[in-house]
Formats: sequence, C-alpha cells, structure tokens
Amino acid sequence: MSDVLMPQMGESIAEGTIVRWMKGVGDTVDKDEPLFEISTDKVDAEIPSPDAGVITEIRVLEGETVPVHTVVATISGSTAGTGTSGPAVVPPAAVSTGIAAPPVPPVGRERPVASESVFLSPVVKKMVAAHGLDLTGITGSGAAGRITKRDVDTYLAGPAKVVPAATPAAVRPALYQPGDDVRVEKMSVMRRKIADHMLTSLRTSAHIYSTYEIDFGRVADLRKAHKARYEADGANLTYTAFIAQAVAATLRECPYANASVDGDQIVFRNEINLGIAVALEQGLIVPVIRNADRKALKDLCVSISDLAQRARNKQLKVEDVEGGTFTITNPGIFGGIWGLPIISQPQVAILAVGSIDKRAVVIDDEVVVRPMAYFTLGYDHRLVDGADGGRFLQALKRRLEDYDETQL
Amino acid sequence: MDYVDAHELQKRLVEERRAGVIGDTLLLVEHPPVITLGARNRIAVSHIIASDEQLAALGVTVHETGRGGDVTYHGPGQLVGYPILDLRPDRCDVHAYVRDLEQGLIVALAAFGIEGVRVPGLSGVWVGETGREEKIAAIGVRISRWITSHGFALNVTTNLDHFRLIVPCGIADREVTSLERVTGRPVAMVDVENAVIAAMRNVFA
Repeated sequence: MSDVLMPQMGESIAEGTIVRWMKGVGDTVDKDEPLFEISTDKVDAEIPSPDAGVITEIRVLEGETVPVHTVVATISGSTAGTGTSGPAVVPPAAVSTGIAAPPVPPVGRERPVASESVFLSPVVKKMVAAHGLDLTGITGSGAAGRITKRDVDTYLAGPAKVVPAATPAAVRPALYQPGDDVRVEKMSVMRRKIADHMLTSLRTSAHIYSTYEIDFGRVADLRKAHKARYEADGANLTYTAFIAQAVAATLRECPYANASVDGDQIVFRNEINLGIAVALEQGLIVPVIRNADRKALKDLCVSISDLAQRARNKQLKVEDVEGGTFTITNPGIFGGIWGLPIISQPQVAILAVGSIDKRAVVIDDEVVVRPMAYFTLGYDHRLVDGADGGRFLQALKRRLEDYDETQL
Repeated sequence: MDYVDAHELQKRLVEERRAGVIGDTLLLVEHPPVITLGARNRIAVSHIIASDEQLAALGVTVHETGRGGDVTYHGPGQLVGYPILDLRPDRCDVHAYVRDLEQGLIVALAAFGIEGVRVPGLSGVWVGETGREEKIAAIGVRISRWITSHGFALNVTTNLDHFRLIVPCGIADREVTSLERVTGRPVAMVDVENAVIAAMRNVFA
C-alpha cells in the first residue's frame, strides 16, 4: 500500500487543484503512467503514478484544492523498491481493510518485474528506447517473465478499463432516424450551462411554492405621479424597481430566504445581492444588483436598466453576474400571470413576478377594478418551511400595498 | 497554422522530446481566429461573452485544450510560442518556468523599446502605468511529466477588438494591448520572431 501525494511542483507552490483523474478506484495503474492532472495558477500538469498497483481509494475529488503533500489517493499491491537488482516477485495485491475496491483483476501468473538483467529482444529494446519506457511497470508474459513485444504493445495501449454494466437508462431508442424530418443543432455553450444548472438545482433543492395576490393600485398611482421627475434625472421608474426595493427590504427581515445550505450548516448571507433574470434572444442571464437594500429607489432604477441593457448587448462583466443571494424573475413580461421558477443554486429562494393586470376584486364588500399581480415564491423546503415562505410573501405584499411614500 | 493541427504537432513533439528523439524546441506560429479554453473550462465558458452566432459570423472557432489558465483568443498578428522543453533534472519548478517565459518576453519587448512588467498575481506580461497595466502577452502552460507544452501568445498587430468576445483569462477589469499599439508604428512579425527566439535562447540555454 502506498500513498499518492499532491506534488509540490515548485518552491513557491503551497497547494494544487485536481482538475481530472485519469484513473478510478479499482483501476490498475503502472508506475509513471499519467494518474491525474493538477492546476496551479497558469499551469496545468499531468502527474504520473509514483507506483504500480491498483487504486484503492481516491481522497481528493476533481475540483478540490489541497495543500501540497496531502494524500490524494492510495495504491495497493505496489512494487515497492524499484531499485532492487534481481527480479522480484510482486506479492498478490493485498485486500485492503475497510476499503471497498473492486477485486483486483487476476494477473494469471506470478508477475515478475523486469530488471536490467532480464533479457530483452532487439525489437523490445528498440520499443523501450523509442517510448522512454520504465520496465518496472511492464508485466512480462514470456518465458521466465520475459517481456515480449505484445507486453509492450499492451502496456502502450493502456490498462483495460472496467466497463460498467449497462444501466437501463443507457439503453434508449434513437430519437430520430436518418431521413426523418428533423433539424439537429448543437447546443450553444449558454444552453448547455443553463441545462446543467437547472437539473443540478432540481436535484439539490426540495422546491415548494406559495402564491400571493398583490394589489398594485398604490404603487401604480405613485409611479404615475413621480415618473416625470425621475425621468428628468435620467431614471426610468419601473414596477421592477419598486419590487426590487421591497424584496430587498423584506429579505433583511427574513434572513432565512437570503441564505445557502452547506451540508448540515446554514450560511446566512449578510449582503443582499439581487439577481434579476433578463431574457436574451437566445437563453437568459441573471445580472446582480449588489447591496440592493442599501440603494435608493432611483439608484435601483438606474442599476436595473443599465444591467438589462448591458445584458442584451452582451457587455456584462463577470462580476456583474456573480454573488447573487436571491433572484427575481419576471414571467409577467410575456403576459404570464404566474410561474414556477427553479432556484438558482446555491440560493434558497426565487420570486416569480406575474403580469400586473386590472382585475375585478372585492374590497369592503364592493367589487372594484384594481391592478393586481400574482407573486409566486419558489423556495427550498430543506431550509424554508411553508410558514416562513408565507411570512416572506405577506411582508412583501404589505410593503408594496402600503408603499411608504417617503422612500420615493 | 490551424490551432488543432498545432495542438497535434505539439503532442507529437512532447512524445519525441520524452523519448529523447529531439532536444528542447520552440514552435512559433500564428493561428486563424480562435478562442481556446483552459482545462478548467467549466468556469471559462462563462467568460465567452459573444454568442455562437457572433463567433460564427467573425469566423472564430472555439476549442477546449489541456493547458492551464482560463479563456484566451488567438488570431492573425499574434505570435504564439510553444516551447517543448524537458524541465528535468534541474528546472522542475512550474512557477519558475512561468517566470522564465515572462522574462524571455520582457527581454524581447525591450528590443522594441517597450518596458514589459509582471503584475503580482496575474501571469503574463503587461505594459503601462502601475495599476492600469494592459496585457501584451498571455501565458498558459501544460506540463506532462516535466515536458512542457502550450506557452505564450504575444500581441504584435493583433485585432484587439476580438478580445471583446471574451473576458481574457477571466480577468474582467484589465485591457489588452499590442506591440503595434504601444509603439505607435507598424512592426514586422519577422523582427519580433527573431527577438523572441534570441531572448528565449538566452533564458533557457
């Protein structure tokens, strides 16, 4: 059993990130065969296996960063002592305790390790020289463990992969046949990312929804009264700005909706960074208004139109789309009266704003016409219960229906 | 030279260098317009700003590579260098290697009266006033059992507008520049090639 360590690839290097494993648990690996790739600063490096054997454990997964000299994997049945002179017989790979590795593939016979004293045919010598091979990693199948041309070919072809048993899901009828009346197009990078992100979220969060109906009469009146004044200052006073302001203030009251789940811990985020989904011709993007609760309504108006415009012109910078803690999406733009959005990970809640339409409602036993909208909160039941979701929407409803004019 | 062809050639040269068939080698090429993604390309794809349609209209293709670093752009007027070196036995330090590449480029730029500098934390070679340096050369390296591949890209007369298609190297708040823009006069590619060859020979010999 030997440990594979995160190598120190330079004096000033303290840690490394594993970007790819070329082998998995149960795979056999030869000494000096590429085992994993690491990334540090501007350099990616392929790391060879320090030993031959079977991988019994991988401790550091792809994407994880660990300090140098950390054990990243263990290899059993190693041919320790490569410096020995005579042919050494490799002990049968020990069954390591407590680690569920697939059984070691049978080697068939004793596996002598070639050393320089072993006879090599001229063709094998030539191959070894041409490929710069280390003989200790090659199993000899010839007489007395002699390495044959076929052994070298097998070695160069790489170890046989363990083919997983086909799962039912893998057997799927073709979606179309040649000649069918279809058009097939490669997904754009953005399309692929959205697809990944949405499925990941559905697998991650326990989505539930609550819908409240909100009377926009007061906000509509205030918007009408102040629109011209805002416009004179270069700000477009929109319903979205009112909603963003009310949501930010409500999140300050309801920290559980401005949080993330990290294993069995809850991460409450003090910053309120509102993502506002913007539909593009193809796909969508969610620019973020940072510290939205600290911005005046006018600043929110300016931020929202700036971000939306830059999103459509593809001029957003990376920091414009990072760090969101809650998302507002607006199916109402396209006439949707409500929607059931998917949470943007690692957030725990998302608000879908339905269209604001004049509807007949009953107020004080009178049927009156009011501008109304359905607001649907999608939230992660792992963290937020129905009562909390209701409290959030109730508080939001109150803020909008009784909008405090001094905030204008 | 087409990016994919150059990639294949590099792979072959790495194997030949490993087998000792060739010595340390520097490939110098120019590519048709292409955006390449580093090995961490799950992050890097978000740093492509342009749509697929825009890229297609400009004739820019996108490739995933095995080098370090984020997203970058290559195109005509940019000198791309791929050193295929065996760093064993006495140069086994990936950071020192990157600093050496930067040093070679800084020396080459000096031949054109340009002061190239390093910006701590940001690999590559930069020019301009402190705090607002612009990137003139990008670096992204792959090391496979201490044999190097990929390398650097030095903007000579590059169409800098094409960098607006991406967030270069994932660094959003920095501009890119070129030898031509900094000197304010046309520069012959062959002169730059000679300066880079001389400087790299000096650093790595």
